[in-house]
Amino acid sequence: MSSYEARFKVWRGDVEGGGLKDFAVEVNDGEVVLDIIHRLQATQAPDLAVRWNCKAGKCGSCSAEINGRPRLMCMTRMSVFTRDETITVTPLRAFPVIRDLVTDVGFNYEKAREVPSFVPPEGVGPGEYRMMQEDVDRSQEFRKCIECFLCQDTCHVVRDHEENKAAFAGPRFLMRVAELDMHPLDAADETGLDRKRTAQDEHGLGYCNITKCCTEVCPEGIKITDNALIPLKERAVDRKYDPLVWLGSKIRRRA
Amino acid sequence: MATGTEPHRSSGGVRIRTRAAITAPHLRTDRWWLAPAVTAAGLFAFVVYSTWRAFANADYYAAPYVSPFYSPCLARNCETMHAGPNADLFGSWWAISPAIIILIFPLGFRLTCYYYRKAYYRSFWASPPACAVAEPHAKYTGETRFPLILQNVHRYFFYAALLVAGVLTYDTVLSFRDEHYAWGHMGLGTLVFLANIVLIWAYTLSCHSCRHIVGGKLKHFSRHPLRYRAWQFVGRLNARHMQLAWASLVSVALADFYVYLLASGVFDDPRFF
Amino acid sequence: MSVVDRQEWDVVVVGAGGAGLRAAIEARERGARTAVICKSLFGKAHTVMAEGGIAAAMANVNEHDTWQVHFRDTMRGGKFLNQWRMAELHAQEAPDRVWELETWGALFDRTKDGKISQRNFGGHEYPRLAHVGDRTGLELIRTLQQKIVALQQEDHRETGDYESRLKVFQECTVTRILKTVPDSGSAAGSRVNGVFAYERETGRFFVLEAPAVVIATGGIGKSFKVTSNSWEYTGDGHALALLAGAPLLNMEFVQFHPTGMVWPPSVKGILVTESVRGDGGVLRNSDGKRFMFDYIPDVFKEKYAESEEEGDRWYDDPDNNRRPPELLPRDEVARAINSEVKAGRGSPHGGVFLDVSTRMPAEVIRRRLPSMYHQFKELADVDITAEPMEVGPTCHYVMGGIAVDSDSAAARGVPGLFAAGEVAGGMHGSNRLGGNSLSDLLVFGRRAGWHAAEYAAGAGGRQAVDDTQIDTAAAEALRPFSAEVEAADAGEPVGGPPENPYTLHQELQQAMNDLVGIIRREGEMEQALRKLAELRVRARRAGVEGHRQFNPGWHLALDLRNMLLVSECVARAALERTESRGGHTREDHPTMDRRWRNINLLCAAADPTGGLAATDPVRGQITLTRETTEPIRSDLLALFEKEELVKYLTEEELYE
Repeated sequence: MSSYEARFKVWRGDVEGGGLKDFAVEVNDGEVVLDIIHRLQATQAPDLAVRWNCKAGKCGSCSAEINGRPRLMCMTRMSVFTRDETITVTPLRAFPVIRDLVTDVGFNYEKAREVPSFVPPEGVGPGEYRMMQEDVDRSQEFRKCIECFLCQDTCHVVRDHEENKAAFAGPRFLMRVAELDMHPLDAADETGLDRKRTAQDEHGLGYCNITKCCTEVCPEGIKITDNALIPLKERAVDRKYDPLVWLGSKIRRRA
Repeated sequence: MATGTEPHRSSGGVRIRTRAAITAPHLRTDRWWLAPAVTAAGLFAFVVYSTWRAFANADYYAAPYVSPFYSPCLARNCETMHAGPNADLFGSWWAISPAIIILIFPLGFRLTCYYYRKAYYRSFWASPPACAVAEPHAKYTGETRFPLILQNVHRYFFYAALLVAGVLTYDTVLSFRDEHYAWGHMGLGTLVFLANIVLIWAYTLSCHSCRHIVGGKLKHFSRHPLRYRAWQFVGRLNARHMQLAWASLVSVALADFYVYLLASGVFDDPRFF
Repeated sequence: MSVVDRQEWDVVVVGAGGAGLRAAIEARERGARTAVICKSLFGKAHTVMAEGGIAAAMANVNEHDTWQVHFRDTMRGGKFLNQWRMAELHAQEAPDRVWELETWGALFDRTKDGKISQRNFGGHEYPRLAHVGDRTGLELIRTLQQKIVALQQEDHRETGDYESRLKVFQECTVTRILKTVPDSGSAAGSRVNGVFAYERETGRFFVLEAPAVVIATGGIGKSFKVTSNSWEYTGDGHALALLAGAPLLNMEFVQFHPTGMVWPPSVKGILVTESVRGDGGVLRNSDGKRFMFDYIPDVFKEKYAESEEEGDRWYDDPDNNRRPPELLPRDEVARAINSEVKAGRGSPHGGVFLDVSTRMPAEVIRRRLPSMYHQFKELADVDITAEPMEVGPTCHYVMGGIAVDSDSAAARGVPGLFAAGEVAGGMHGSNRLGGNSLSDLLVFGRRAGWHAAEYAAGAGGRQAVDDTQIDTAAAEALRPFSAEVEAADAGEPVGGPPENPYTLHQELQQAMNDLVGIIRREGEMEQALRKLAELRVRARRAGVEGHRQFNPGWHLALDLRNMLLVSECVARAALERTESRGGHTREDHPTMDRRWRNINLLCAAADPTGGLAATDPVRGQITLTRETTEPIRSDLLALFEKEELVKYLTEEELYE
């Protein structure tokens, strides 16, 4: 076992202001950044605010930015850094800060509420659902999401443009729309809810310029852009920009 | 209460008042600028080369090879290519290079391609330059309005690209002739064309629109086993869309350059048989 | 003294894991205005860590499965100490609870004919666990979370307010259950009247007034050093119930999951799902031997394979072969691993080897155990498709908990208090089977929500919350900011400078791990009780710096009260029970004793006023009583063979 002293810069402060504070702290074999933050709490800064929970990459609580990159602190091993590197840890920079490494992620909970829920099919009782594995595979990939909100944090649409928050659901919740639209038994269509159209009209799919940062930061390795957002864009095209479909609907309306 | 449901009003980016007070636009310590720089250089080089070649209106045919930039050739001022991709649709009023007519389609296909969009949004427009690096623009509306909303026509360019790929396949078949149009021969150019057409097809079929059309639009794969398999096949290609985009971009330029070298007499096509 | 924000609700649910959310959904659907309070963000509860699946006898994979078989497995796993009526309800209702999740949008893995797929697990006779890869807990929590959102959307359509009937107070901690002031002369005593809580974000106090409170706070694992549990598992609900006057049941039964990670140190204890073994993984010692064949106890002799060949055949032909002993109940496997390591046949980092790499192709491993593959790759730099994992026991689950009525989930002795999930005791007896936890959350979460809503509707007029209780609770919560001063004011001997809560916590964890861990001895437990008394006194001086806004030191100082209370319950009950059964192993009493089978140990707070005898190290805070359990109903007993029952029940019980 070898241990060494690492240099850290951790952002401390609140909405009134703050800055990067320097720390020198012991690091042992096999540790992750969250271990170091905990050591700071236990030895140097007992009131250092940090959100965490499972410490195993399953709950998505300890999201932060480490050397400028959105990551889970519990899944960032210290061994990816060199020993003489200064490691900078800041809160997520797309959301309002509360204190130290804790931000107000309420934006995400608001957006979650704006996506209409799963619509169970009429006449199919509990226990009667039959779905083939190949039909649930796609939505299952999206349901691996641990809601760490790193994709929401990194997406420049809201990160760099606060004013877009009202109109844009963000990758996580556009993916939720895709998940429901691909759910083999979702009966939204039957109730007149067109998820493909609302993705663009209500959840701001058009803001996405598919620059793939959401996919890049996803700790679950979900192919958000290729498997959710682009297919959703194509589905919106089916509805809105396909002249054949448009013509068909015109004719049908006339008849 | 802590549910945080206040409306968001203020505008601006990572440096606005409610966010953690950090003045640096980003704190990345890696070489984040490398990827967009290389992409920009690569795309720029291709644009320069293809502009020169497209407007040159010369050295695009060296029997039996026709440059992919000029195929199909749709105006009267085209060179006559024996059994080649000539179709005089535009007649004699078309005075400039006939490459312009046809290049619209592969250009449009690539310009609206989901990969190239990422590439040039990042490298040319810095929107964003890299993940978690602040973009320099004050406003951003993405692809919600004209002109970028037109990116949604990608699918139609895909259909056109299929046709173009079909013609280039025909050209590749023609390359199994010798310079006297006798069949059953191969030269180095044939190999160049073969490699190019394989990459062109792989790139075209790996397109996200294609993936959607062959099966992605379905809700129940289990009811369409053949389309499901097609979707899986395209999906595997699609995972390499970026690599294929670059490889086919290089190969198409190389194929053209090869024809240019032959046509301008720099060297003769080495014939195998 | 304190001016605190007050709100009125019908039902307050403390905890937003599987049980809490299921309770909230049920209460809201039955018309109760329901508030949920949780320490973490909504959707981050410890339930996400559950990997294996939800046990429910749906018979999708093996048609012979019925609730009776599930009941039998549960009772065997719990060594017949289970509150049998709970085990019965659980086995009967679990399938409906799973199917219901599908109607809320859950997507389980499928069988070939499109039904919910079910997998094998330790102690379950048939493949029974509905699962989604190895992230079933995440699917469960997300589905319940999304159902809550769906209900809120419904309320929004009707009332214009998402939170009019169902609200989640996230990142808030409850420190006290408030009760009505008992009428003079009434023997009935007081009932639940609300909760006192603080917002972690701001440190502000608030009170939710409600006639019914459902406790669903999960477990106690954070009192142990090596644990698979998250920071939230500080035994809050157990302590809240104790302080409100409700007893805890059988707290000596703590499950050590046989397979936790052992290396690197910072992840020691993190769970390695039992599905690894269910899908074919085997345990080997440093000699390369599959040692579990040497550890099959007599009560299970007929049920498990005697040779590796037979065990291996079972995966493909379960009807004609017996299962491999790697799939024994968790307590057996954990003890076996412990013995191998003690005998010097452990792995380099003090565990044993768990190997799937030689049992399945790499591709299959990555598909069936994606999170395990990911977890080892990311955290330990181990590729489980190419090399074995190193694993060892980790504190995982507490079978003991709040003593509840089986049908209604109502806590004993405190009207208006309900409990469900890990925090409730009885269901799992002395040892829980894997997969029975998630089904427990759903079955009893629903029952708790249902009966809490019913109780709230019939509770009659509300009584205003007693101001003195609020003031006391506020003073208690603020104590760590002025620990030293107060102790001096009260004329107590100031034993030293303020204590660092982190240090106290570490000492507590070490003590519980070493002295009341997987193998227990009388002397060590007595030593543990002395250590707990010492820590309790020092915890009075736990001081914190800074202010109340999101201050983790303060939060920990408050949680220490709960951990100390609960740890004392575990230690006292463990000292009392002089036998080994399930999650309680005594080196000095190594066998199971049939005379203990029908004995429950109940812990109650020694000070009935709810105050703490915290300054008196000798007296302790907990009194322990024994009670004899109700005999198992005869039709349920008839589900077992006589030969099996004689191993567990005394002669008198058998012939009654």
